[in-house]
Amino acid sequence: MKVRAQIGMVLNLDKCIGCHTCSVTCKNVWTSRDGVEYAWFNNVETKPGTGYPTDWENQSRWNGGWERTKRGKLQPKQGAKWRILANIFGNPDLPEIDDYYEPFDFDYDHLKSAPEMEAFPTARPRSKITGERMEKIVKGPNWEEILGGEFSKRSEDYNFEGIQKEIYGEYENTFMMYLPRLCEHCLNPTCVASCPSGAIYKREEDGIVLIDQEKCRGWRMCVSGCPYKKIYYNWESGKSEKCTFCYPRIESGNPTVCSETCVGRIRYLGVMLYDADKIEEAANAPETTDLYEAQLDVFLDPKDPEVIAAARADGVPEDWIKSAQESPVWKMAMDWKIAFPLHPEYRTLPMVWYIPPLSPIQNAAAAGQIGVDGDMPDVKSLRIPVKYLANMLTAGDEEPIVTALERMLAMRSYMRSKTVDGVIDEGIAERVGLNKNLIEDMYKIMAIADYEDRFVIPTTHRELAEDVLDLRGGCGFTDTNGCSTGINKGSMFGGSKKAAFTMPKEA
Amino acid sequence: MHHFLFGIYPYIALSVLIIGSIARYERDPFTWKSSSSQLLRRKQLIMGSILFHVGVLTIFAGHFVGLLTPIWFFDALGISHGAKQILAVVAGGIAGIMALVGGLMLLNRRMNDPRIRKTSSFADIAILVLLLAQLILGLGTIYVSLQHLDGHEMVTFMSWAQGIFTFNPDAASYIEHAAMIFKLHIFLGLTIILVFPFTRLVHMLSVPLRYLTRPGYQIVRSRRQSTTPKRRG
Repeated sequence: MKVRAQIGMVLNLDKCIGCHTCSVTCKNVWTSRDGVEYAWFNNVETKPGTGYPTDWENQSRWNGGWERTKRGKLQPKQGAKWRILANIFGNPDLPEIDDYYEPFDFDYDHLKSAPEMEAFPTARPRSKITGERMEKIVKGPNWEEILGGEFSKRSEDYNFEGIQKEIYGEYENTFMMYLPRLCEHCLNPTCVASCPSGAIYKREEDGIVLIDQEKCRGWRMCVSGCPYKKIYYNWESGKSEKCTFCYPRIESGNPTVCSETCVGRIRYLGVMLYDADKIEEAANAPETTDLYEAQLDVFLDPKDPEVIAAARADGVPEDWIKSAQESPVWKMAMDWKIAFPLHPEYRTLPMVWYIPPLSPIQNAAAAGQIGVDGDMPDVKSLRIPVKYLANMLTAGDEEPIVTALERMLAMRSYMRSKTVDGVIDEGIAERVGLNKNLIEDMYKIMAIADYEDRFVIPTTHRELAEDVLDLRGGCGFTDTNGCSTGINKGSMFGGSKKAAFTMPKEA
Repeated sequence: MHHFLFGIYPYIALSVLIIGSIARYERDPFTWKSSSSQLLRRKQLIMGSILFHVGVLTIFAGHFVGLLTPIWFFDALGISHGAKQILAVVAGGIAGIMALVGGLMLLNRRMNDPRIRKTSSFADIAILVLLLAQLILGLGTIYVSLQHLDGHEMVTFMSWAQGIFTFNPDAASYIEHAAMIFKLHIFLGLTIILVFPFTRLVHMLSVPLRYLTRPGYQIVRSRRQSTTPKRRG
């Protein structure tokens, strides 16, 4: 057993209203720079839809993630190491920027600088890459918002696998949900594995996956390696960039920007202890439907005295163990079993998990044919097909999804009878394998969702990493070259020009 | 002038190459990259880039081995000078044409595709033009070379190159009577070496061969100092 800790995230899709506040705040903080205008470390997709970049979930097209070879070996789907190196001159699996969208801005200046004309001046779109006028915008980061576009296109969604999808194109049968996506900070990341330079790494202390910008050489294998397409190539700097899990905030015990600003309070952050020795075996489970269970086996119970002792011996700080015991992520993933990894079949063991959404009951049910199981509607009569959710969250295994949805319905039913009728009906809880206390805890954390219940984040122990005496009088964050001011008018090696400090002049 | 260009200039170029590369790696590691433009336009890149790189690398290896291996080594193997010349002409010719075709595709893409043109720096275009000019000169030497197949002229270039690396002050005199096109080819080659650290060519120095010997796939970094208690057993 090798105990490591990771800050995991759970998103309660049942409460996501698709407002994109997470995406916008993330954009403002991290990617409002040249070369990554097209990149959204966090984006929200309307499902069903092909997403951003187009069709990202279809790995027979993009070859992201891992595969189990015929001989039972685990290797990146884009190829073993020699294959990745052989593709270094031209990567056949790399998306083009048009698969995301050509970044553009509007020519606002024209509104005030246009000469007198017969028609009102308009702000027309211009490409952020070439600066040229774009006659027609054909794609954006959220092109399918609220089921935009025709069903035939949207229904290319990979999650329709094994579903008679035609009927969902009809107006009365249509359904939709939101899927906010960010880097999964996987336990078995393919981006790390595909990086020929060894520039991408997972942090031992908190599991955050980062790219060393000075070591990245722009071989772009990580972009195609990541099945979630959450690594972006900065076409200006020639380096890859990705979601940083807002590590400066996490280190100081604050939630990520996307979590902090989520108006629906759908995001949860908490520590998960896991056994690093079990990762490879779990990721290499023979059947893709085993992967969800296999990942559950990698997690370690933070209340188990044996685990606590091992964690201490492996250098996990005391307050991290305590946080792990109070982790909302543990409760949702392990105790209540209502949160699931996104596409476990990619074999990356992702660490951003999702609670599937409930949805309205089908018309047929409302017309008296409702499948009712006791006091609760049958989850099979929910508008979003269970199979669709299962394809997204459990590699197609419907059973865990059904249990989770039933538990969420049971929580509602229990609380309704408690607050409206004043009756505590423990039978509801027991029917879904829970008890009174668990259901009330679920209600407190999922429905009330207080800040301190959502975010249980211990601070990083910097005292273990650096000597404060050495930092005294240092120069803080710099852009290479230490404290040197030697470069201020552009670099002779082709770096971008930096604005020189201008002294105030006498008026 | 001849002595300066072929006796002294090589040392200037090699010094700038070495010192410049070290300085760039140390001072400005963020700029050390391959500068791929595949994301912006896939068209013509994959074919062009593979042809260009495979061709150029073959030529590079050929020059390296061909020029710097002592001639007695070939004599000992029983390879006649003429045979070595034919080998160089054939292998170099094929690789040169591959690189030239690939390079022209890349140049066409770089100049005519608005996305690539707008995001190219002066150095990006200049180095590609220099390399293509060098390829054309190099292929041009084949014509001269075919006029005399005894391998004598090739041996003078080997003596010159080995003379440079053994600090022989008279190295330049070996190629005093070489054809003009050879001299141009050598001069341009030295110039490419000179500008090397200031262009994207530096990515050649970080060929990620270590990837193949990296144990396993995953990388985990720890900030904890080694004072962390280590477990036993």
